[in-house]
Amino acid sequence: MTNHPEFLDHPGNAALLAGRQGEYLLPSAAPVQLITTDGTAHTVGKYKQDYPLPNAATLLEGYGQLVLGRRINEQAGALVRQGRMAVYPSSFGQEACQVAAYMTLRRNDWLFGTYRDTVAVMGRGVKPMEAFESLRGDWHSGFDPYEYNTALPTTSLATQLPHAVGVAHAAKLRGEDTVVLALCGDGATSEGDFHVALNFAAVFHVPVVFLIQNNQYAISVPLIHQSVAPSLAHKAIGYGMPGERVDGNDLAALLAVVGSAVERARNGGGPALIEAHTYRMESHTNADDATRYRSSEEVAQWLPKDPLLRLKKYLHDAGHLGSADAERFADAADAVAKTLRDGMNTKSNPDPLDMFRYVYSKPTSQLREQSNMLAAELAAAQQGGAS
Amino acid sequence: MTVTAVNQAELAGVQQLTFAKALTLALNDAMVADASVIVFGEDVGTLGGVFRVTDGLRARFGEERCFDTPLAESGIVGMATGMAINGMRPVVELQFDAFAFPGFEQIVSHVAKMGNRTRGNIRLPLVIRIPYAGGIGGVEHHCDSSEGYYVHTPGLTVLTPSSVEDAYILLRDAIASPDPVVFMEPKKLYFSKGTVDLDALRARYTPASERGGATTAPSSIGHAAVIREGTDATLIAYGPSVAPALAAAETAATEGRSLQVLDVRSLVPFDDDTICAAVRSTGRVVVIAEAPGFASMASEIAARIQERCFHSLAAPVLRVTGFDIPYPAPKLEQHYLPGVDRILDAVDKLQWEES
Repeated sequence: MTNHPEFLDHPGNAALLAGRQGEYLLPSAAPVQLITTDGTAHTVGKYKQDYPLPNAATLLEGYGQLVLGRRINEQAGALVRQGRMAVYPSSFGQEACQVAAYMTLRRNDWLFGTYRDTVAVMGRGVKPMEAFESLRGDWHSGFDPYEYNTALPTTSLATQLPHAVGVAHAAKLRGEDTVVLALCGDGATSEGDFHVALNFAAVFHVPVVFLIQNNQYAISVPLIHQSVAPSLAHKAIGYGMPGERVDGNDLAALLAVVGSAVERARNGGGPALIEAHTYRMESHTNADDATRYRSSEEVAQWLPKDPLLRLKKYLHDAGHLGSADAERFADAADAVAKTLRDGMNTKSNPDPLDMFRYVYSKPTSQLREQSNMLAAELAAAQQGGAS
Repeated sequence: MTVTAVNQAELAGVQQLTFAKALTLALNDAMVADASVIVFGEDVGTLGGVFRVTDGLRARFGEERCFDTPLAESGIVGMATGMAINGMRPVVELQFDAFAFPGFEQIVSHVAKMGNRTRGNIRLPLVIRIPYAGGIGGVEHHCDSSEGYYVHTPGLTVLTPSSVEDAYILLRDAIASPDPVVFMEPKKLYFSKGTVDLDALRARYTPASERGGATTAPSSIGHAAVIREGTDATLIAYGPSVAPALAAAETAATEGRSLQVLDVRSLVPFDDDTICAAVRSTGRVVVIAEAPGFASMASEIAARIQERCFHSLAAPVLRVTGFDIPYPAPKLEQHYLPGVDRILDAVDKLQWEES
């Protein structure tokens, strides 16, 4: 299982044959950027492999998705402030990573995300109120993972990564061409399961792309306290898989880099680790106060790097983004926002007896007993309230 | 194919087997019956496991269905979780009780909760085999009775066989279960022997249609068993403590006291009905377990009996358990383990003078 013959037909093969496997596994010296913050296409060529700029249609579609992602973040934030939703870990500022995570996947691929990846989950087709059911507090999930090939977002850091490896391993054993994309943050790279998952993925040579959204903070703790590695992408070489770094606010670069790793994995090339450099523009959640640990000047430095601004300018300058497109994107985003508002304004009524229904395929006699007890309490309460 | 694998495939009829061999045959037969059953863990491939439970499986079923993993239990359990999500029925081996703990977070936070958090959309047909408990002169971290952690975690099924026959039956039932099972194997029993009718055991798992319409045997999950009849008191034990319980009953019989012995088998789901019926028939109970007694499986059994059978009891339910200490060094374990004398001392304290 440690023999990796597919390297022989990989673009990096020349480097391998020249005895420079290390260079091939190392990330580019600087994060891959295809469109600069001022909206101009970057000169390609200084990275370890060629990443062509995605075509205009793809970028236009991607921009529409960024607009949608931003609207979801804004709407969810507003709902929290209005007290209609308990909590929302926002991906405001990280929408390019979210969009790239689903635009590079096919329907039969799998996505494994975290609590901050609601936008990516919705991008897989999960309906707005299904995606927000857990945030509303009705249940720990709101959708069937098999319907969207999308795992439930996980809050215990990095623990979803070994699952991603297992899903990919099963697909590989059956000879399917499924790819699994697994998201995590910079903080999660300190967890044991991050190491375990990458090592298992590399040893079993399974089609998983690990995408770290390095948003610089694990709640309040900055990256410097997580790792002093040259970059998080450099960790890849320790597992024998290629690493790459990418500007996490440049959707064009993300689509190119993540897309390249996904297709490489699909073709039997094995796992890859990608670090996307981005920034969490808002607090960890509404329960957090980011002013306690970072300055407004620091946050302000990231404003011009916004993923929407540069792509909008690029598409506009190139003549690809007309007013009709902008209107269409805004309307679609507004429609989703309205669905969210309406959904959160609808009173939900989770069934307390559901607590006992799913713990086992068939409730144990003990759970039936406890369920009956609660049912009797509820009935008594209802009767008491009615009298 | 190795000689072992050939023999394994051909073993049939009435056989004297070790406990470990019965487990091997259960794995073998389950893998024959269902191609989605795969076995992995540390040293389970070429070596056949440190206790040889997976002996011959790699030779027979190939590297894709029986393989070694990197040495990381959270990876073994975590990858098994993903494989179970995606259509497989993994049976993983965590080499020793205390070596299972790196996988504990995966077991508690994901394996146990997946069915509930997905409203039943994802079921994990996953078996986590854990050699456990002492009595083998093992070094530190090789003799823990860790069942308490798993039985305390809703969503897990926890089984522990105490006989060669049950080793086969419980493992087949665990593999057939749609829910995740923590399967706890008493290490000291691996090389104990018993005579079983393999044809009869296999017939339990042959689809009814292939056996002329007879109904499928009921699962052992959730079913305790009275394994020795008796009228004066009930000894309740499981896994490694069943043998001393049976020995105590044997000794007591020579002293004129008739002790019933009950093997819990299925720690979760717990068989209140069988256990309460047994308790009511004698009115006196000693619960025996190797794990430290404080807040333990033995405590739970005692509490449930007091709640449900109070008016049938002639004496308080007593427990004979391990002391509330870390598992001792090999030369001291004889003092720690619940043995025949300590069990009989407890029986003597069951307020006989008042009956």
